[in-house]
Amino acid sequence: MADSIRIDRRGFLRTVGAAGTVAAAGGLAAACSPGLQSPSGGGGGDVIKIGYVSPETGPLAPFGEADQFVINAMNAHFKQNPIKVGDRPFPVEILKRDSQSDANRAADVAGDLILNNGVHLMLVSSTPDTSNPVSDQCEANGLPCVATVTPWQPWFFGRGGQPDTKFEWTYNFFWGLEDVEKVYGDMWDQVGTNKIAGALWPNDPDGLAWGDPATGFAPEQAKRGYTILDPGTYPNGTQDFSSQIARFRDGAAEILLGVPIPPDFTTFWRQASQQGYHPKIATIGKALLFPSSVEALGPIGVNLGTEVWWSPSHPFQSSLTGQSAKALADAYTQETKKQWTQPIGFAHALFEVAVAAFGAVSSIDDRAGIAAAIAGMKLNTVVGPLDWTSGPVPNVAKTPLVGGQWRPGTATPFDLVIVSNTQHPDIPVGGAVEPLPAPAPPA
Amino acid sequence: MTWVNAVVQGLLLGGVYALYACGLSLVFGVLRIVNLAHGDLTVLAAFLALVVGQALGVHPLLTLLVVVPALAAAGYALQHAVLFPALRGGELAPLLVTFGLSVVLQNLLLEAFSADTRSLPAGTLGTAGLALTDLLSVGWLAVLTLGVAVAVLVGLQLLISRTAIGRAMRATSDDPETAQLMGLDDRKVYAVATAIAFATIAVAGVFSGMRGTFTPTLGPQLLIFAFEAVIIGGLGSLWGTLVGGLVLGVAQTVGAQIQPSYGVLAGHLVFLAVLAARPGGILRRAERR
Repeated sequence: MADSIRIDRRGFLRTVGAAGTVAAAGGLAAACSPGLQSPSGGGGGDVIKIGYVSPETGPLAPFGEADQFVINAMNAHFKQNPIKVGDRPFPVEILKRDSQSDANRAADVAGDLILNNGVHLMLVSSTPDTSNPVSDQCEANGLPCVATVTPWQPWFFGRGGQPDTKFEWTYNFFWGLEDVEKVYGDMWDQVGTNKIAGALWPNDPDGLAWGDPATGFAPEQAKRGYTILDPGTYPNGTQDFSSQIARFRDGAAEILLGVPIPPDFTTFWRQASQQGYHPKIATIGKALLFPSSVEALGPIGVNLGTEVWWSPSHPFQSSLTGQSAKALADAYTQETKKQWTQPIGFAHALFEVAVAAFGAVSSIDDRAGIAAAIAGMKLNTVVGPLDWTSGPVPNVAKTPLVGGQWRPGTATPFDLVIVSNTQHPDIPVGGAVEPLPAPAPPA
Repeated sequence: MTWVNAVVQGLLLGGVYALYACGLSLVFGVLRIVNLAHGDLTVLAAFLALVVGQALGVHPLLTLLVVVPALAAAGYALQHAVLFPALRGGELAPLLVTFGLSVVLQNLLLEAFSADTRSLPAGTLGTAGLALTDLLSVGWLAVLTLGVAVAVLVGLQLLISRTAIGRAMRATSDDPETAQLMGLDDRKVYAVATAIAFATIAVAGVFSGMRGTFTPTLGPQLLIFAFEAVIIGGLGSLWGTLVGGLVLGVAQTVGAQIQPSYGVLAGHLVFLAVLAARPGGILRRAERR
């Protein structure tokens, strides 16, 4: 294990070094001859190559689970409808790479796609651990890149972005902390509590951004009268949460809040039940997005809350295939025999953005043109209207966010029911917020 | 009280680590092989229990009746057919074989079960707690796991020190040539030892699956904790493995009590400290030079 990690890191440094050299050389070349059209690092050819990086294996694997379905559907779509660039139809090749839920590996495969495969556009999805390193590689190599399923704060500020200086090549569409703060706050308001929330912040880009005492959850919820009980960040993969549980129990935190990875929340929630910590409402990001994670919890998963960025009841449709959100989810269930998950819509929307961007340029190698097209893009997609001209910071387009709770389902063990839509009333609710079931009396 | 809580929960966590580490310790103690596929075999056992439990509709604990013999048979066959020939190829060969096995297992599981997070449905056993005082409550499952870990390790220790097959294992491990001269079939002795080790892996897999979640790629993480428990306690000593697991568990919970970010780190630091100060482990037996 140790050896392979070391090699990875070395490989990473090598790639970054190469990337730096190429970028510098490219910069020099550009400085010498501003008319030079084709930048360094490949490109060209008769096929549009789109790089796609997401976590297919590792702890974040549920995020990448629907990717193969979306890419198969896109391959079929592009076979019938090649992308037209400058009046000429181009076939499309999608190069999918697995980040293995590892930031170093994500940077590595992105570097490889850029330098050795000559992709024309990079798409990347699922959590800052994947999106940030891939976006950084693209920024360094001057390749347009679209990221999603990454809240914009950890993506923008986590990569050293400043509100007044924009990234030249990299773009993101997703919601932000301000949205999830409002959604969770609204859900808490609907249940009577003592207004103390225990926070599970992991030591990763999400946890650090959500838990930041100045810009994270605490100041925003303080305005609503809630106090956040923060025991401090813990590393992902922690096997024992007794210290957090003891603090939440002793501090009488009736609200549970957090953004843990799925396996860690299961460990936590079972131990909380064993050790007698029973909050009245729980709103958990990331860990409870997927039906498989809630099924793993069994009966103690009922009424756990999470944020909902996409569902079959979202009233949007695809600009590529015309499918409604519901049709897309149904196609997934039909093909894979699995329940829909939220990343399906966003993976699909990435390709909607890609097609719109290529449609705005006259050469597939026009990297600057593609980047400019995304920067000025307004597009109605299956995840909602995207508008990069009016984001909170440059390079970011926001998508709507609502809140949901897991309820026992009819066809499936658990269904995600939308219970809070104050931010976006156009997305219909399927029920009201319910408190967590009271603990069973001690046997 | 919070510190008492931390230590008690740490001891219970240590029981889990000790159980993870049993099989690794036995394989190293007898065969002198570091089994890099140990964590993946634990995950395999958990998946097997999931399949059996769903097919028969029984509690995960009852699946042990199927999973333990199945893994023991797999261990016997693996040792007989693959590992024993590899032992002839020098010290590195078995290590590489188990590394390859780890990669193969992960990918096979991923292919068969997808990347979904799974868990064994332990019912009320998985969530029931025992309130010792108002501020101290322990999980029944955690108590049971610690009890099973102690029972398995004591059982193994008795097996090795008191029975004929145990004597044969020790003899073959210490000096294979002489043991063969005395009429012991080393291939068979090793295979039996591996079968026993795999049986404990099956138990660890089922308890690990009831305690938390597992995915096909969880194996290496389990291996690290098992490995640390074995090293802290002392390579090749079964008592040491129990002590090592408990020390690792308490180090993690006490570390987390000081500051949640230090939990896992504190475990690693204790591991490094033991390696630096007592490379043989806490309970390294004196007679082993």
